[in-house]
Amino acid sequence: MAAEAARVSPIYGLVAEFDNQDDILAAAAAARKAGYKRMDCYTPFPVHGLTEAMEFEDARVPWTIFIGGLTGMCVGYGLQFWINCIEYPLNVGGRPYHSWPSFIPVTFECIILFAALTAVLTVLGYSGLPRPYHPVFNTPNFETASQYHFFLAIEARDAHFDIVKTREFLESLHPLAVSEVEK
Amino acid sequence: MTDDQTPGRVKEPVIYQPAGAVVTETPLITGEHNYQTIDNTIGNVVLNQRGHPAQWFMVFGVAFLWVNIMLVAFCWLLYKGVGIWGINIPVGWGFAIINFVWWIGIGHAGTLISAILLLLRQQWRNSINRFAEAMTLFAVMCAGLFPLLHTGRPWVAYWLFPYPNVLSMWPQFRSPLVWDVFAVSTYITVSALFWYLGLVPDFATMRDKARAKPIKMLFGMLAMGWRGSAQHWWRYETAYLILAGLSTPLVLSVHSVVSLDFAVSIIPGWHATIFPPYFVAGAVYAGFAMVILLAIPIRAWYGLKDFITMKHLDWCAKIMLATGLVVFYGYLTEAFYAWYGGDRYEFAIMHDRWFGAYWPSYWLLILCNGLTPQLLWSKKVRYNVPALFIISLIVSLGMWLERFEIVVQSLHHEYMPSYWGMYYGTIWDYATFFGTLGFFTFMMFLFVRYVPMINMFEMKDLLNRITHFPRHAHEGDGHEEPGLGAAKEHA
Repeated sequence: MAAEAARVSPIYGLVAEFDNQDDILAAAAAARKAGYKRMDCYTPFPVHGLTEAMEFEDARVPWTIFIGGLTGMCVGYGLQFWINCIEYPLNVGGRPYHSWPSFIPVTFECIILFAALTAVLTVLGYSGLPRPYHPVFNTPNFETASQYHFFLAIEARDAHFDIVKTREFLESLHPLAVSEVEK
Repeated sequence: MTDDQTPGRVKEPVIYQPAGAVVTETPLITGEHNYQTIDNTIGNVVLNQRGHPAQWFMVFGVAFLWVNIMLVAFCWLLYKGVGIWGINIPVGWGFAIINFVWWIGIGHAGTLISAILLLLRQQWRNSINRFAEAMTLFAVMCAGLFPLLHTGRPWVAYWLFPYPNVLSMWPQFRSPLVWDVFAVSTYITVSALFWYLGLVPDFATMRDKARAKPIKMLFGMLAMGWRGSAQHWWRYETAYLILAGLSTPLVLSVHSVVSLDFAVSIIPGWHATIFPPYFVAGAVYAGFAMVILLAIPIRAWYGLKDFITMKHLDWCAKIMLATGLVVFYGYLTEAFYAWYGGDRYEFAIMHDRWFGAYWPSYWLLILCNGLTPQLLWSKKVRYNVPALFIISLIVSLGMWLERFEIVVQSLHHEYMPSYWGMYYGTIWDYATFFGTLGFFTFMMFLFVRYVPMINMFEMKDLLNRITHFPRHAHEGDGHEEPGLGAAKEHA
């Protein structure tokens, strides 16, 4: 599907450049209202309200981390139970092998370790990073996206995308520039 | 600093604070700033390598010398064994354990600033969290060295971890010493992850700011292709908040587990339920002292007084005072236990602490940790930079003495008189300790030089929040790129 769209249109999309967060917020909301779905904003810092304007949310993130923590709990407790009760039982003054309260600290540390590793991998993995090349980097002046400018990209594979109409629409948002970006 | 009201000025900000945030009477960013000047002031420390002050080279040189002393001490230790240290029966835990607890405690302030203050929505953390987290990493590295070397055979330290081996032996999970292995290794891993994740967007900024191709490539690799997508930011912020939520109980657990190394034993002076909270408070106390010790010279030398303001130092000092009071309460509680508990051995150890062979270190400890920080009640002292620096030094010394009291004094005067004996650190003990101080400083100074030491995107976000940033302020209104030199004028 995506490959087909790529053949139809040789460009990645149209990218509008703004110089402040109020404009990008308004632009994102307007684009969403105009029906664009395949779009993204590029900002130097997290602009609050922007993902809400884009109606974006990735509910997988917290759940994946939760599952990571749960895995850590099972691995941590299971490891200790298996070692100290089955594989290598140590009799310390006749105390029970399965002395669960003393297994809690290590279980806790394992929950944190697994959840934290999952959290970092989740951010990178779901965002498709590391990714050295991305078409949006071809946008003129895009190096300012990590410094002081704000960009709105509407991708060519969007159902509503039309090179003329979309450009007109973006121009109506009073950007500093609108650029056609190659793949 | 001038008083004219130019666009982008943050002297009298219109404060747009989210609900629950602290509204400050003085701003968290002073001077004239916009997104670009923030990037320049912080980023040019790294990109303009010729801009480093002479003090950097002096401190770095001395630290490097000390690192070498540490390496010599390690080599001699590996050759001769732990006998070169002053440890023996009855005091088997000497400097190594004192220094371990001291260093790991210092690390805790970094996590407190980055995680707990994030959860509490304290915006003042933004300008100090990056270097406080770096401080955590390097302090935990120093801490980890000590138990490793104290095992006597560090080349088989992997025996501490559970893994299938030909000896068919496994760790004993009922021992706090094994909990400690898990707690400390989890702590350093999570701290490193937290630190790196926060750095990724800033590495992208550095990639885009750098002009030289190799530097661009280096930062490009570190940034992993970060492009500031709003969707990525959403995932980033969600995960970062969850990581903060995970780090908060972690940091409390780490020092609690460290304190259980002592408290689970039956040694008088160690066997006390107050230990976990009292250790955690002591850790934060020592850690904030170290934050102040590092922040004072760095903000002066690198022209960062606009970002690390007196307000920041003031709040660090207040946290130091609060945790110092908790620690002092801990000392009083210990004395009360010894009397009220009616255990003659506990009473004897407290008597020995006050009047025994190590009495000077106990009373010096009370002076350093209990009495000196009371000066911080005065606003004049908190706003006096040299005084704050000296008090922080005194607190650092005090916290080291506290661990000396706990480790050495409790062990030297156990149940039976036949088991009593004195402990003195040897020259190798001191060489190792001062060596790690050098190593810590060495790493901190490398960090300051090669990594953006203040979180740039969070500062921009903060600037955006505290002042509704005027349109077109960053171009065509006479703001030239000030860089390191001009930033110093504000300072």
